[in-house]
Amino acid sequence: MQELKKSVLVSLWFMFLTFPIMVVRVVEKSVVLRWENLAWIGIGSFVLSFVWRWALRRKEMGRAASREGANNPGLMAQLAGANPALVRAGSALLLVAFAVIPWLVTTYQTNILISFMLYVILGLGLNVIVGIAGLLFLGHAAFYAIGAYSYALLNQYFGLGFWVALPVGGIVASLAGVALAFPVLRLRGDYLAIVTLGFGEIVRLVLENWSSLTGGPSGVSNIPRPGLMNMELSVAGANIYIYYIVFVLAVITIVAVSRLKDSRIGRALQALREDEIACEAMGIDRVGVKLMAFGLGTAWAGFAGVVFAAKTTFINPASFTFFESAIILSIVVLGGMGSNLGVIMGSAFLVLLPEYMRAFSEYRMILFAAAMVLMMVFRPEGLIPATGRRYEVNDPELAASGEGR
Amino acid sequence: MGGVLDVTAVSMNFGGLRALNEVDMQVKSGEIVALIGPNGAGKTTFFNCITSIYAPTEGEVWFTPKQGARTRVNGMKPNLVTALGMARTFQNIRLFKNMSVLENVMIARHCRTRAGILGALFRPAAVRKEEREIVERSYELLKYIGLHRSYNEQACNLPYGAQRRLEIARALATDPTLLLLDEPAAGMNPQETESLKHLVQKIRDEMDIAILLIEHDMSMVMSLSERIYVMEYGCLIAQGTPAEVSMDPRVIKAYLGEEAHA
Repeated sequence: MQELKKSVLVSLWFMFLTFPIMVVRVVEKSVVLRWENLAWIGIGSFVLSFVWRWALRRKEMGRAASREGANNPGLMAQLAGANPALVRAGSALLLVAFAVIPWLVTTYQTNILISFMLYVILGLGLNVIVGIAGLLFLGHAAFYAIGAYSYALLNQYFGLGFWVALPVGGIVASLAGVALAFPVLRLRGDYLAIVTLGFGEIVRLVLENWSSLTGGPSGVSNIPRPGLMNMELSVAGANIYIYYIVFVLAVITIVAVSRLKDSRIGRALQALREDEIACEAMGIDRVGVKLMAFGLGTAWAGFAGVVFAAKTTFINPASFTFFESAIILSIVVLGGMGSNLGVIMGSAFLVLLPEYMRAFSEYRMILFAAAMVLMMVFRPEGLIPATGRRYEVNDPELAASGEGR
Repeated sequence: MGGVLDVTAVSMNFGGLRALNEVDMQVKSGEIVALIGPNGAGKTTFFNCITSIYAPTEGEVWFTPKQGARTRVNGMKPNLVTALGMARTFQNIRLFKNMSVLENVMIARHCRTRAGILGALFRPAAVRKEEREIVERSYELLKYIGLHRSYNEQACNLPYGAQRRLEIARALATDPTLLLLDEPAAGMNPQETESLKHLVQKIRDEMDIAILLIEHDMSMVMSLSERIYVMEYGCLIAQGTPAEVSMDPRVIKAYLGEEAHA
């Protein structure tokens, strides 16, 4: 009853607020009052407010329940932790599905999937910096650009092929990341975000204005696609070939990043995120670890950049604006910071959905915003929150007492 | 000399404020030494100076690890000081809150292990073995400290007393020669304090680690430590055995004020 009253109040308030724009209409010196609009707004806001309240209540209840139950893992955690064999079978199935897809769908669809996987690689790279090491980083697109331009320019001036450029692009981006890290070692949080944002813009502006080297705003064109043993591939064939390259690269990234997270280095990165002073007091070299975080994160952006240049055969600075960095960061934040599966879901959400919902493309930004608000309220830790690794210890005594969990 | 820790005339200025004024201290191997004093006396600043979190303005800090040469540690990076064999806990608990209890201890093995990026990516046998040893050693320490039942719990979910013990376990995981405890009993109830006391003694006896602790709980300080240093306003005002210190008029004055009635 209380809830009903509140919802009625909300709808009345909305009707009042929107009265001047939705109801009153001036047509040639006479005022038309569209009362039916008022009714629609009233009903709409009443329903929305009611649903909103119901969802909030449910969330509160869920939180209380999990507090009582102490350890009540979420659905995804249950799925992930349930049965290793099942998880393995599931991922094998997914791998096979992704391996055969390009033969079943159109070139257009393949293209969408390629960009999806590029964002997975970019997101996972950024996840090392933002999610694992906890350094808010807003210039990821710059390293994407550095990778792409390393291939484009090395090819244009020195005729280097794709397979040579791929590692070179990654290494160059990684070195650039380390070079950026040096001056920002002392910064944290917002300040770091601003400096990295600035760095991203610097890279883009340099690319735009150094016309003699980079071609300026018109970019670099005629970048060769990767060749397959000197065979001439059709456009569709080349596309499928690139699809497989990205696919393998994405799988390598997933494996590498999750291995990294579970290693001595990964633990040091997480310690850096949790507490810098304690991290130093425990014998971790703060400077070294920070440099490592940047180098390891930006390398993936470099790889993705090389593949991007090869895929589009044309690059210009307009592809690497701040908007790109923001999208990649949203992928990480929306998916769940520090969670690899989350990043994959995040990029599916932010890259695939807009493509398949072109019908609503005019409302894209509104839907984006709504999705962000909903997420902040209902899943503040991301779609799939990162779960810490659970270690198994071999302790018969503990097993005997039956308390090991 | 022959001390594990030799501090000579260390001073620390923060701008115009002299937080430490020519403090001397010596800790011998296998000793339990306490540092006491009223709030704001500079005890934690002193800890930060000897662990190189602060660089002291003047004075020298010399440290002699179990196997190794006497080294001057002021001005070194804090992580290298830890690697040398000086481990500490914090007054306001600084655990890695969102990581598991076991991982907290595992992180502290960082400076005693060596797997790098390539090792993490390719996981050769040596790295896998090292990783297993890290887990085993960390679990052993948790067992020693009595927290092994909750090894997979998140550190921030532990009760307060257990968090303090976990900090000690984490410090022990760096294989220290000298353990610095900053108010380990703060916020603990009498039972917890009592068991902490036994734990500290056990660590000294079984692991042969010298211990320097800051503590306000006088019953613990008096019964546990072999020697006590007393600080007030950044200066050392007394030192000696618990009996000597508790009779010292300057100490009584510092703690109870000019006209002592108690």
